[in-house]
Amino acid sequence: MAADSPTGGRVKLAALPSLAKNVNLVMGTVVVGLVVIVMIGNAIQDWRQFVSVMLTGITLGAMYCLVALGYTLVYGIIELINFAHGDVFMWGSMFAVTIGVSWFGLNGSQSGIVTAGLLLVTMAAAMALCGTGNVVIERLVYKPLRNAPKLAPLITAIGMSFILQTLALRVYGPSEQTADNVLPDSSHRLFTVGIYGYPIKNLIVVLITLPVLAALVYLVRSTRQGKAMRAVAQDTDAARMMGINVDRTISFTFALGGVLAGAGGTLWVMWQTSTRYDLGFQLGLFAFTAAVLGGIGNLSGAALGAFIIGLLQAGNDGLSWHVPGSSWTQSVVFAVLILILVFRPQGLLGEATADRA
Amino acid sequence: MTTTLSDAWYKLPWAVRRLIVPAIVVALFVFYPEYVTSLSAQWFPQMSVMVQMCVFAMMALGLNVVVGYAGLLDLGYVAFYAAGSYVAGMFATQQFANTTFQWKFHFLPVAVPQILPGIHISVWLLLAVGAAFAAVLGIAIGLPTLRLRGDYLAIVTLGFGEIIPQAVNNGDDVFGHNVTNGPNGLTPIDQLGFGTSVHNAVSFLPANYHSEINFLNYYYWTGLALVAFTLFCCIRLRDSRLGRAWVAIREDEIAAAAMGVPLMRTKTWAYAIGAFFGGLAGCFYAIEKNSTFPGDFSLNISIFVLCMVILGGMGNVWGVMLGAVVLTYLNYQGLAAIGRQLNIDISTYSYGFFGLIIVIMMLLRPEGLIPSRRRRVEFRAAAEGVDVGQAVAQHE
Repeated sequence: MAADSPTGGRVKLAALPSLAKNVNLVMGTVVVGLVVIVMIGNAIQDWRQFVSVMLTGITLGAMYCLVALGYTLVYGIIELINFAHGDVFMWGSMFAVTIGVSWFGLNGSQSGIVTAGLLLVTMAAAMALCGTGNVVIERLVYKPLRNAPKLAPLITAIGMSFILQTLALRVYGPSEQTADNVLPDSSHRLFTVGIYGYPIKNLIVVLITLPVLAALVYLVRSTRQGKAMRAVAQDTDAARMMGINVDRTISFTFALGGVLAGAGGTLWVMWQTSTRYDLGFQLGLFAFTAAVLGGIGNLSGAALGAFIIGLLQAGNDGLSWHVPGSSWTQSVVFAVLILILVFRPQGLLGEATADRA
Repeated sequence: MTTTLSDAWYKLPWAVRRLIVPAIVVALFVFYPEYVTSLSAQWFPQMSVMVQMCVFAMMALGLNVVVGYAGLLDLGYVAFYAAGSYVAGMFATQQFANTTFQWKFHFLPVAVPQILPGIHISVWLLLAVGAAFAAVLGIAIGLPTLRLRGDYLAIVTLGFGEIIPQAVNNGDDVFGHNVTNGPNGLTPIDQLGFGTSVHNAVSFLPANYHSEINFLNYYYWTGLALVAFTLFCCIRLRDSRLGRAWVAIREDEIAAAAMGVPLMRTKTWAYAIGAFFGGLAGCFYAIEKNSTFPGDFSLNISIFVLCMVILGGMGNVWGVMLGAVVLTYLNYQGLAAIGRQLNIDISTYSYGFFGLIIVIMMLLRPEGLIPSRRRRVEFRAAAEGVDVGQAVAQHE
């Protein structure tokens, strides 16, 4: 640089715009650098705590993954932020409580095989109900608005979210719904590091999530229906001209999102042992943040974002060396959301398109 | 009889005829405290509800500038409400008399004893300061985010709407200093009033609102004046150069930019002005209820105000006012009254009811109850797939 321009002043002038151009890079480096420093600091301070917290984060990430994929699928296909998705997830957890705990009487006293079988039946039922519910919502309220100004469906989705929450409040009341010890409780540990341990149920949750994700990836990448979805996402009109039933494809996408939310809801209530009518709001927003972080509309991006958010939240709640602490969790996650949208709206894995942001 | 009456009516000059209905409505509102006691207390809004209406009317009008005029969806409007409330809370209480600060500063306080510790600035002044602070906050939030388009902007604002109450909630330990008093909130806030000297000169202006028996009436009248001020600003803004720039951006951003409308500056102004009225409402409300808590500022408030704007009609100040009046009444009195009549407690489910209103309005009448004419054309054009610019041109 100095060789090109002999005067010092001109170097500064030339360097300024390039700094302004790279502001995204600089900001990104600073933020990521801070997070990494805090992480390393914690790992040095108390590596046992660090390992256990990160393992919790992975489980949390797996849960967010199931919900974030629902957001990303729907956004990818009709560019709607489906605000009500978090509440569909909440309903999934409610269905799981009703079916699994009230009807089947799951409480951990049954033998392992019976519990596993009934749990899978519960999960399948919750998935089916949520999938159907999501399609019904789509047909009733989003479909008529497909040509409306873009904000109309978004506002409608917000309204829908309130309706779903209130319905849950009406049916289940304001108290927590519990599903105690269906999975082995936290004292059953796979291994122990110091005072921290890794509960078996965290592993079970991750192990159930993985095949669901694999099935989804197979469905979208390798089946006819998946191809139709990708075509509609790319260009609705062209897809219609090629003979793809656009309405059915969109409904199918909503069904898929609902099914994932149902699975997620079931796992959540088994893992955390309780749920409430307002569970979906914050969790939905966190999952949405994950989807945006990875690049909304991008499946692997949503998964990546979900694990990052999961680790971030677990780290913020559980670590002890220079972290804001759990009273700031919401702010931390939303700050990530805002920073990503402002400095890299296409997300980590998304491609920059002029219209997307 | 009827003929003579209508003859007399038409003999009146147009200027008088035009003003008579609004004059009656204004009189009904201004003298409401005088006759409310003779109305059914179950069905007619009580004075506390009327004060709420003033607060929410201000907020709805402010949000209307952002959502209705400029077409920017803001889901975190409660942030500005919170900002206004906390300006009142921090600079008109004994908050800074706590152990870490021990400050004492008085500036033209109304009805505050000389010896009272803490910062006490004239609450009238604080109304302006709170609003201005909210506007600055609006600019600070708007500058980095207003480049984002539609739905992304909505989400970012929602994020701010969640962060700010949480920051206030955790503000009782800012590196060991108690700045906002955290979840315990700030109370008591100094009261509105005109001071003893004014009171002695003009006896119907109270020295101190809260020392009057019917202090809610005074807050109501003050609120009404603030609403009138907001309404005046909104109407003038709508027809101004800035207002027309907002409409242009709302209808077609690219075309507006091509015609030389500075996008960022225009949008930031919308944000700042919307925030200004949100801050004003928050400041006034905090003073009226004498306290402010972080728990007052949830997403529900943002959605509630948005619901008023949508129900009434985006972009039309009268529609928005109607929306604010109807929904505030329903939320704070109407639903409970209906519930009592039907023997079920439906006020618990009020937000589901508002969600239902949003969905039904969006499906059946997206332009709202009293739409702005231009907005209606825009919605219709979009629904029919016609170019918005063309539709508006044809309409005119």
